[in-house]
Amino acid sequence: MSRLSRIRGRWSIPAAVVVLALVAGGVYFTRSSDDPAPVTFREAIIDAPEAPDSTQTVNIETRLYLPQQTPAPAIMLAHGFGGSLRSVHTQAEEFARRGFVVLTWSARGFGRSTGQIALNSIDREVRDAQKLLDFLGTRDEVQKDGAGDPRVGVTGASYGGALSLLLAGVDKRVDTLVPVITYNDLAQALLPNSALATPRTDTTPAATAFSEDGVFKRSWAGIFFSAGLTSIDLSSPTGDAPEIGQTEANQTAVQQPGGNSGAAGQPPTPSLGACGRFTPAVCAAYTEVATTGRASQQTLELLRKSSPVAVTDQIKQPTMLVQGEQDTLFGLDQSDATARQIAAAGGKVKMVWYAGGHDGGNPGTALRGEIADWMAFHLQGKGTDPGTGFEYSVQGAFRSSGAPSLRTVVAPSYPGLSAGSSSERKTLKLSGREQVAVNPAGGNPAAISNLPGLGSALSRSSAISSRLSIDLPGQAAVFTSDALDSQLLLTGSSTVRLRVARGDQSSGEAILFAKLYDVSADGTRVLPGSAVAPFRVALPPDGSAAEVTVTLPPTVRPVESAHKLALVVSTTDQAFANAEQPAAYRISLASDELSVPVVPGRNVTTGFPVSALWGIVIALLVLIAAGIIAMFRRRMAHDSDPELSEVPLVISGLTKSYPGGLTAVKDLSFRVEHGQVLGLLGPNGAGKTTTLRMVMGLIHPSEGHIRVFGHKVTPGAPVLSRIGSFVEGSGFLPHLSGAANLRLYWAATGRPLEEAHVEEALEIAGLGDAVHRRVRTYSQGMRQRLAIAQAMLGLPDLLILDEPTNGLDPPQIHQMREVLRRYAAAGRTVLVSSHLLAEVEQTCSHVVVMHKGQLVAAGEVADIAAGGGEATFRVDSPSKAADVLRGLEGVHDVHEDEGAVHASMNGVPRAAALSALVAAGVAVDQAGPRRRLEDAFLELVGE
Amino acid sequence: MNEHDVHTDPGAITELTDAAAHQRTEVAPDGSAVGYKARRTLRIRVEIQRQIRRRRTQLVLGFLVLLPFILALSFEIGQASPNRRSGGFVDLATASGINFVVLTLFVSGSFLLPMIVALFFGDTIASEASWSSLKYLLAAPVPRHRLLRQKAIASGLLSLFALALLPAVALAVGVVWYGAGEVVSPTGEAAPFADGVLGVALAVCYIAINLFWVAGLALFLSVSTDAPLGAVGGAVLVSILSQILDQIQPLEDLRNYLPTHYAMAWVDLLSTDVDWSEMTRGTFSALVYGGIFTLLAARRFKTKDITS
Repeated sequence: MSRLSRIRGRWSIPAAVVVLALVAGGVYFTRSSDDPAPVTFREAIIDAPEAPDSTQTVNIETRLYLPQQTPAPAIMLAHGFGGSLRSVHTQAEEFARRGFVVLTWSARGFGRSTGQIALNSIDREVRDAQKLLDFLGTRDEVQKDGAGDPRVGVTGASYGGALSLLLAGVDKRVDTLVPVITYNDLAQALLPNSALATPRTDTTPAATAFSEDGVFKRSWAGIFFSAGLTSIDLSSPTGDAPEIGQTEANQTAVQQPGGNSGAAGQPPTPSLGACGRFTPAVCAAYTEVATTGRASQQTLELLRKSSPVAVTDQIKQPTMLVQGEQDTLFGLDQSDATARQIAAAGGKVKMVWYAGGHDGGNPGTALRGEIADWMAFHLQGKGTDPGTGFEYSVQGAFRSSGAPSLRTVVAPSYPGLSAGSSSERKTLKLSGREQVAVNPAGGNPAAISNLPGLGSALSRSSAISSRLSIDLPGQAAVFTSDALDSQLLLTGSSTVRLRVARGDQSSGEAILFAKLYDVSADGTRVLPGSAVAPFRVALPPDGSAAEVTVTLPPTVRPVESAHKLALVVSTTDQAFANAEQPAAYRISLASDELSVPVVPGRNVTTGFPVSALWGIVIALLVLIAAGIIAMFRRRMAHDSDPELSEVPLVISGLTKSYPGGLTAVKDLSFRVEHGQVLGLLGPNGAGKTTTLRMVMGLIHPSEGHIRVFGHKVTPGAPVLSRIGSFVEGSGFLPHLSGAANLRLYWAATGRPLEEAHVEEALEIAGLGDAVHRRVRTYSQGMRQRLAIAQAMLGLPDLLILDEPTNGLDPPQIHQMREVLRRYAAAGRTVLVSSHLLAEVEQTCSHVVVMHKGQLVAAGEVADIAAGGGEATFRVDSPSKAADVLRGLEGVHDVHEDEGAVHASMNGVPRAAALSALVAAGVAVDQAGPRRRLEDAFLELVGE
Repeated sequence: MNEHDVHTDPGAITELTDAAAHQRTEVAPDGSAVGYKARRTLRIRVEIQRQIRRRRTQLVLGFLVLLPFILALSFEIGQASPNRRSGGFVDLATASGINFVVLTLFVSGSFLLPMIVALFFGDTIASEASWSSLKYLLAAPVPRHRLLRQKAIASGLLSLFALALLPAVALAVGVVWYGAGEVVSPTGEAAPFADGVLGVALAVCYIAINLFWVAGLALFLSVSTDAPLGAVGGAVLVSILSQILDQIQPLEDLRNYLPTHYAMAWVDLLSTDVDWSEMTRGTFSALVYGGIFTLLAARRFKTKDITS
């Protein structure tokens, strides 16, 4: 055991190092397994005809990313407006690591590709993409469905998303597609009109009116087009949208090289002429709209022809539509329209709304992973079927260290797509009288709802921007609902029916903006998604009212109970082309019903992590096993010697050495017999206390062993219950009284109270009324007496007291000796340690003298004190005296000392020797028994 | 404090020696005095009595009772618009009684609760050592494994009581002040009052399990030092260090190995569809850390030389 512990001590540091290394290795292994594998790419320029029958070509720069294993299915990854193939580099690498060949390219007019921007024209950009499909069909690295038919999925965000829809519509070689935050109809996205003359009939939650003759979305359109003029992309979101599980604000978004800073890292080139890199037709259309605020039929044709709406009836491929809830450019209604059109054509659609968009950020890591999962299932046949459900993110109120709390709600399908199904709607009552709203001349000052294109600065903090909205007094009519009595999770586009009539000086039509605020009980207003529904309504010339149904912008918003919804209809909005002519309108509710869509679903939970559950089981088993092993080891430790069962204490070969070479006790052996009062005598530091602590099982001996009544002493050995001890000071709970301390101590031993003799012990302490005071008020002597009383509780067979008289005054010391002597006489054994010789001589029957951890002498006090019949004579001439004593019959073992002579008298009376000495003329100063104990002790102390 | 009052009546010595002469110790086969049974030593009731009468225990429990009142009062003083339904926990606190409990747990979760557990577990052995009473308990003898176990169980019961006391008082205060309305979760969900009570109860259970690592560490430090302050302070310090490292974003998923990483996972319980994944991982993490520290404590205590 002791050897084992020494080995343990020697090996504990290397063992700790090994354990640490294993842990570090484990951590490194688990982390290194998701270290990104290297991805290589090849660049190539591919020529495509400038126009269908043109002989001129444009150069399309491409990159082909190769996974580790080929052939593999391919993904065409298109970039956003103003970007280039460099802006999708990170995502391309991610796809390649998932085992796809990835083709990225710069669309014509962007990056290093030549040509002019034709806004995803079917004849131009889409043809280019078809050329790239041809290219993929020739590559050996790409898995094929047939000759020249690569297995390929298309994805992209915004402008690229629209291209993926257009390409899938015109080219059946596309196997699946994931358009992200894109438009269905560019004409509606830039010139929306949310007014319907008739009540709404559509069945999906996020459908809006999509009426003709919209209101120009001036600021977004300007930003969008300036990207084509100057190669500075302000339209693409700059960071990632917040996602579940993020713990910090979204400041560490992947910065895509070249993403927003112009083509190929070159400084922006603002001087490409007034039309920039746009085709003349696109340029003319934009100029027309931007200057007049209205679009001609020709412009609308142009926009619509290059919009996915032109081909969505051809899309049969499985489609996952990803749209942002923070998107005032391409709102949720755009994806709703695409979904309806594809579903009507027989395609399968999965819809995902995430907490981002052009105002809120790109899809984050988790959503990009979901897109890759979709591609993996539909192209590689790997993973579980992502299905055709509907997922939307709900942003909660809690923001821990800046990141909003999100949850994802899943519904089995996007409601209203299949025939006969319809989105669930709830009806709230709005109230408000007819109000007059004034349009200022020039449409200025205007209400503020959102700040498009502020990109990284503001758009990302949608929580801030949704509180920024300002309505100007006198320019808006307000209708409010009652406070909700339970939570309402608004999911989609609400509808209200309004009545608008001209005021005194109005023109023939009104441009109005409808918003739905979430108003808390304290009046704080939040405009969910910062979104506004502009509408244009023709007013009857006779001053009567026009009735319109207004589809409010689709959003996702949990409206808490006690909150109200407020419908605000204002005459101006900063983000749109407002009416120039001053006007006043009378606005009232045609119906007090506000129809609010809800999509019931369940929250997405990640399920039980099975590995962690197994971990819990294993950890519990290990703990239980450790407990059982420890129990068996304790059971095995018992060791007794029946021959010694009557001997209170046997110490043999006891050694205690500490690391560092200090040896407190060295090879100590002695016995204490029944009925003895044994004194353990030695100077301070002789190892007395260490020995007593080893007897009590407090200190582990390095070698040797201790037996008490034959039982080997180990920590907590049951035989210790026969020992009462007081070692090195008292130990009481200072907040309890003396009496309570003794009672609780006895209670802690678990023995019956009648064995304790608490009253007798307290009498011995003799503290009087002080036993009921807290121990912290006691003097040193009182504590000492109480501690000795505690040692006597239960009348132990062996009483061990370490320096019991320290701190006691002489009368108390006297009493203490009396107690010990009489206690031993009553059939008990007492072991007392002391550094005072007189103490031991007066109290003890036997003595063990220790010095420097070693035994010096042991025996009866009288024996050792009397020196076994030896006598000492203090004389003036020791040599002469020695001669005289040697001459006496029976006296032997005579030896001289300085000023004294010692002799073994062997029965010869000291008086006879004395008279012989005196007769021989030796002057005797003193004669008495030789005090070996004192000599020995003094010799030791004197050193 | 007059020493002259302190004396032993000679009659008392006679009484004691008479008692000793008349009482012969019966000896059991294992060498113990009959009446001694290791499994009866230091029963939980006894240890709780020893601890509950301590001023620090009473102060801690008193503070936990007081804290919800202080919070409610500060909301009364500082807020003009009660029953808000949006914003963080602090903003949501006054939405209903349950939300007030959630706030109380939230503000005390990162520092106060670990500190209380560290106090009960870290102080338990180290304070006995500092009073020198440990050696007498061990020589009584209370077997060392049993002493550690009983003290750990008593500390655990006190900690559980403290952990339950705080939300219980907070619930009472919250219901009186803010009513038994719908609880609003941080992700913006609303749930009925009864579900909220269940959620909070489960949250307290999770917090108790999650703090097992603090308990284990404090126990280990408690057997390693004779200074109670060192044991308690050491455990609290490690907890704070872990929370600081958890804020360092470049550490990324290394932070999952930090013992406090899942400390706030109970927030998931407030949702209608409970996500158990974080809490399961948190339970595993707490069990592993707590188990390792507890085993270390047991081993250290078993082999330790008691010199206090």
